[in-house]
Amino acid sequence: MYGELACGSAVHSVATAQRRREVVKFISHARNEAEAIAKPWSATLAAMDERSSRRLVVIGDGMVGHRFVDAVVQRDASRVWAITVLAEEPRPAYDRVALSSLFAGVTAAELALPSPKRDAVDVRLGEAAVRIDRDQREVTTSNGGVVGYDALVFATGSTPFVPPIPGADAASCFVYRTIEDVAAITAAGATAASGAVIGGGLLGLEAADALRRLGLRTHVIEYANRLMPMQLDDGAGEALRLRIEALGLDVRLGAKTTAIEVRHATSQARRLHFEDGGHLDVDLVVFSAGIRPRDELARACGLAVGERGGVVVDATCRTADSHVWAIGEVACVDGAMFGLVAPGYAMAEVVADRLCGGGDATFADADCSVKLKLLDVDVATFGDAFATSSGALSLVYANPVSGVYKKLVVSDDATRLLGGMLVGDATEYALLRPLVGAELPLPADPAALLRIGDGTGEAVGSGALPSSALVCSCNGVTKGSLCAAIADGAREIGELKTKTGAGTGCGSCVPLMKAIIGDELAAAGIPISKALCEHFEHSRAELFDIVRVTGIRAFSRLVAEYGRDRGCDICKPAVASIFASLGAGHILAGEQAALQDTNDHFLANLQKDGTYSVVPRIPGGEITPAKLAVIAQVAGDFGLYTKITGAQRIDMFGARLDQLPAIWRRLVDAGFESGHAYGKALRTVKSCVGSSWCRFGVQDSVQLAIDLELRYRGLRAPHKVKAAVSGCARECAEARGKDFGVIATEQGWNLYLGGNGGFTPRHAELFAQALDTETLVRLIDRFLMFYIRTADRLQRTSSWLESLDGGLDYLRAVIVDDSLGICAELDAAMAAHVRDYRDEWQGALEDPAVLSRFVSFVNAPGADDHTVQFVSQRHQPRPATATERTRLTDQEAIR
Amino acid sequence: MTVELQDRGVAVCRYDDLLPELGVRALVGDAHVAVFRTFDGAVFAIDAVDPFSGASVLSRGVVGSHGGEPVVVSPMHKQRFELRTGRCVEDPSRHVRVFSVDVVDGRVFVGAGAATDQ
Ligand SMILES: Cc1cc2nc3c(=O)[nH]c(=O)nc-3n(C[C@H](O)[C@H](O)[C@H](O)COP(=O)(O)OP(=O)(O)OC[C@H]3O[C@@H](n4cnc5c(N)ncnc54)[C@H](O)[C@@H]3O)c2cc1C
Ligand code: SF4
Repeated sequence: MYGELACGSAVHSVATAQRRREVVKFISHARNEAEAIAKPWSATLAAMDERSSRRLVVIGDGMVGHRFVDAVVQRDASRVWAITVLAEEPRPAYDRVALSSLFAGVTAAELALPSPKRDAVDVRLGEAAVRIDRDQREVTTSNGGVVGYDALVFATGSTPFVPPIPGADAASCFVYRTIEDVAAITAAGATAASGAVIGGGLLGLEAADALRRLGLRTHVIEYANRLMPMQLDDGAGEALRLRIEALGLDVRLGAKTTAIEVRHATSQARRLHFEDGGHLDVDLVVFSAGIRPRDELARACGLAVGERGGVVVDATCRTADSHVWAIGEVACVDGAMFGLVAPGYAMAEVVADRLCGGGDATFADADCSVKLKLLDVDVATFGDAFATSSGALSLVYANPVSGVYKKLVVSDDATRLLGGMLVGDATEYALLRPLVGAELPLPADPAALLRIGDGTGEAVGSGALPSSALVCSCNGVTKGSLCAAIADGAREIGELKTKTGAGTGCGSCVPLMKAIIGDELAAAGIPISKALCEHFEHSRAELFDIVRVTGIRAFSRLVAEYGRDRGCDICKPAVASIFASLGAGHILAGEQAALQDTNDHFLANLQKDGTYSVVPRIPGGEITPAKLAVIAQVAGDFGLYTKITGAQRIDMFGARLDQLPAIWRRLVDAGFESGHAYGKALRTVKSCVGSSWCRFGVQDSVQLAIDLELRYRGLRAPHKVKAAVSGCARECAEARGKDFGVIATEQGWNLYLGGNGGFTPRHAELFAQALDTETLVRLIDRFLMFYIRTADRLQRTSSWLESLDGGLDYLRAVIVDDSLGICAELDAAMAAHVRDYRDEWQGALEDPAVLSRFVSFVNAPGADDHTVQFVSQRHQPRPATATERTRLTDQEAIR
Repeated sequence: MTVELQDRGVAVCRYDDLLPELGVRALVGDAHVAVFRTFDGAVFAIDAVDPFSGASVLSRGVVGSHGGEPVVVSPMHKQRFELRTGRCVEDPSRHVRVFSVDVVDGRVFVGAGAATDQ
C-alpha cells in the first residue's frame, strides 16, 4: 500500500508509520479528548521520535491550500512534514481573486501564485481525492493511488451554485470560478452578442465585467432588490446600480429566473423566463448565484458539516477528528463560512502554526473588509457595515448624481468607528478600515473622516492609528510592524513591502503605508531626504528644473553653483541625462564625455570581461534579409557572439573597445543606427506581426511600433524606457509589461502605462481607450516628457506613477486636462527632441576627438589585451574563465 | 635613455591628451595602468585591473570625489577607489597599486614599478 508513495517525497517504512500511530493513539487515550485538542501539537511532536518524518496531506491546491503549504514549509525548518498536495485542477495554484484580469490581457501563466522553496512538496496536479478512510488514515485518489496521512487538511474551497431550473445545463450556460471557465466563456463569447449574469453579488458583477469586456450586451439579473445584497445596504446598492447602468449594462432587480429556453438545434440558451412572466433574449448565461462549500468528501467520511454545509471545525480549524483540519471556503468555523481569501489565509496560518509547534494560535474575528473595483467603480465595506451593534449610529452621505455613497458606522457616543461602506469613491478606505476598533476617540465631527464637502474639523492622520491596527489585512501586517521596519531603516514603499510583506496583496493599503512612512519619519525628526547624492541636496526633478530654467549646460558650473566637490557616478550620469533630455548636443561632446558612465561613454554595453556588446536599432523588430546579412557578416568578421534579445533585436558580444568604431563604421554604412541599448533611454518598441499577416490582427501594429520607435529613439530618461504594440487583444507583443504599451482594438488604440519586467514585474494600467493615432502619440509624448521632468533618478515609470499623489488619475489630469498648464511645454519639448535627433554613432564616427578615445592603450594602440580571451562554446566565443585564462596564457608562453 | 626610463618611468602620453576626469589606459611594462587627470589638474595613476572582477576597466570609470578625496568608480560593480591611495572605499581591505606620475615638458611619465603601497 505504500508503493503509491515511492515516487513522492513521503517515503517511510511501514514500521515507522505504525510506531507513530501508536504514539499518537497513546497520547489521545491518555488524556481526555478535549484536552488533547486544546493541547498544542508541539507537545505531541515533542513526544515523538524527532527524526521521524510525518505525513501531511492537503486536499486542494487553491489559494488557501497554497498559502498553507507555504506557511508550513516556511516554519518547518527541520522538515518534519512530508507534504503531499492533491490538486483537482490541472495547473498549480493561481490567483483566483484576479481571475477577471484574464479578460484584460493577463495570461493564465501570470496568475500563478509564486512558490518559493517547494521542491520537497509533492504536488499532484489533476489528481483529486475521492475517498477518505479515517480509521486507516488514508486518502484514495482519482488515479487509484492511496496516500497515508498523520494530518489531513481540507482546502477544497467551494463550487458555484447553479439553481435547479430547466435549461440550466444548456451548452452556453457557464459558471465563473476557474481558468477553464474563463476559457470557455471567452470561446462562447466570440459568437455571442449578448449575455446575462444570474446573480448580482460580488462575483456576479465581476462576471458581468468580463462579458462587457468580451463586447457583449450585458445584463445582470438579481433576485434581491439591490446589487451586492450581502455587502451593501439599499443606498450603497443604488449608487452602484447608477454607476453600472451608466456604463451601459442592464440591471434587473427583484427578478427571479424560472427557466432558460434552449435552441433545439444547438442546445444553446436563447431566452430567460422570469417569475413575473417577463423574458429576456440572450445568447450566453453565467450563473453566479452563490457558492457551496466542497464538503462532499468530508460528509462521506462521516465528519460533521454545518447547517448550510461546510466542514465543521473549532477555532483552531480542527475537526472532531484530531488528525483532520479544514481551512478556507470549505471550513465552517464556529458556524460561520467565509467567501473571501483573507479569512482563509488567516486559517492557513493558524493550522500551520499548530502543526509546526508554533503555539496556540486560533482563528478569531475574520476581517471581512473588502475593497474592490467592480466595473471601474470603487466599492468598499469594512467592520460593522450594517450597523448591527447595539446603539450604533450611521452617518450617511449620498450623491445620487455622481453615484457616490459613503456611510460611517460609529458607536452610540460617536467616539469610535465601527465600520463603513463606500461606493463610487473609496479613497478613505485605507485609513478608515484600520481605525475600526481603535481605542482612540474620533474627531468631534466624525464626518470629517470623509473627504466630502468642505469637511470641517481636524483631518485624521496615520498617527490616529494604534500600533495594533491591522494595516494590510491580506498579509496581516499591523501598523506596529510597519513602524518597526521603518525604525529599522526602511524609507520607501518598496523597501517596506519587501521587509514586511504589507501591500503585496490587493494593494489597497499602499496609500496608508505611504502616509505612515511620512508620519513616522517626521515624528522621528528624520528629514525625508531627496538628495541625489553627497554632491547635490536636490532631487533629480529639482535639478532638472534648475538646468531647464538657468540654461546651465556644463557640469562644472552646475556643481560649483548648486552642489559641492566634484560629483560622482550618481550625479554625473544623472546630470548628463538631464542635459541630453534638454538638448545639449552630442552626449560625448566636450566636457559632457566625462559625465557618462562607461556604457554611454563608449556607446556600447560593458560585459563582465571588459569587452562590449553592440546593438543596432531594429525598429519594431522588423528587418530585411539584406540587413540581417550585414549583421551576420559583421559578427563573423569581428568574431562576435550573437544572441537575439528579448526586445526583438540582435546583440553582438565580445567587441574590444578599439574595435567598436570599425564595427560601427560597417553598420552605419549599411544604414543601421545606435539602438541605445547602453543608455537610460528609449530602448525598443516591440511589436507583434499585426493585421498585415495575422488572422486576428485589427490594426497595423508593426507600422505603429516603427513610427513610435523612430519618434522616441535617442530620448534620454531617468531610466530605460520600453514599449510595445499588439495588433489585437491577444497581446502577443506583451505590451502590458512595458512602460507604455499599446493594444489595438476595433475602436482604436488602447494605451497602457507604467508596466515593467525585471526584478519586480508589473503590469501597465489602462490609461485611455479607443484612441486615434494622433491622440495616442500626443498622450505618449506628454507622458514621457512629464516622466523625464519629474521622476527620480533610476525610477521606472511604474514606481514614478505610484509616487504621484493620485496616480493615474493625477497623470490624466496633467496630460489630458492640462491641469498644470504645461502641456504646450511638454509638446514643444518632444517636438524639439524629434527635430534634433541625430544618430549617436554616426556623430561619434565624424568626430576625431571622440574616436581617439577608442584605443586599447594610449601609449600602445595596437597592443594585445591579455585580460580579454575567449574560448568556444556551442560554436560561438565566450569569455574565458579565470582558470581557462591562465591555461591559455601558459600555452602561449610555451609556444 | 635607459637612465631616463628608470628615473621617470614610461612616457605614456602628452599632458594635453588627458581630459579632466576622463581616464586613459596605458601599458607600463606588463602592467595595465589607468591614468587620470583630475579637475584641479593633478595626475594620478593606478592599476587598471579591477580587483573585484579581474577586468581591466578602471580607466573607464567615472571620476569624482568622495568626502573631498578624488576617486574613480569601477564601471563593473561600482566600487570606488581613491586615486591617491588606491584604497577601495567600500572594502578598505582591498586596494589597487598606485604608480608614481611625473609631468615633464608636457609629457606624462608613469613609474615602472608600484610607487607606493601608501
Ligand atoms: C471571480 C472571482 C473573484 C473573486 N474576488 C475576490 C476578491 O476580490 N476578494 C476576496 O477576498 N475573494 C475573492 N474571491 C474569492 C476567493 O477566490 C476565494 O475566497 C479563495 O479562492 C478561497 O480559497 P480556497 O483555497 O478556500 O478555495 P479555492 O481557491 O477554490 O481552492 C480549492 C481548490 O481545491 C480543489 N479541490 C476541491 N475538491 C478537491 C478534491 N476532492 N481533490 C483535490 N482538489 C480538490 C479545487 O479544484 C480548487 O482548486 C473571488 C473568487 C472568484 C471566483
Ligand atoms: S496580438 Fe493579435 S494581431 Fe498581434 S500577433 Fe497576436 S493575435 Fe495577431
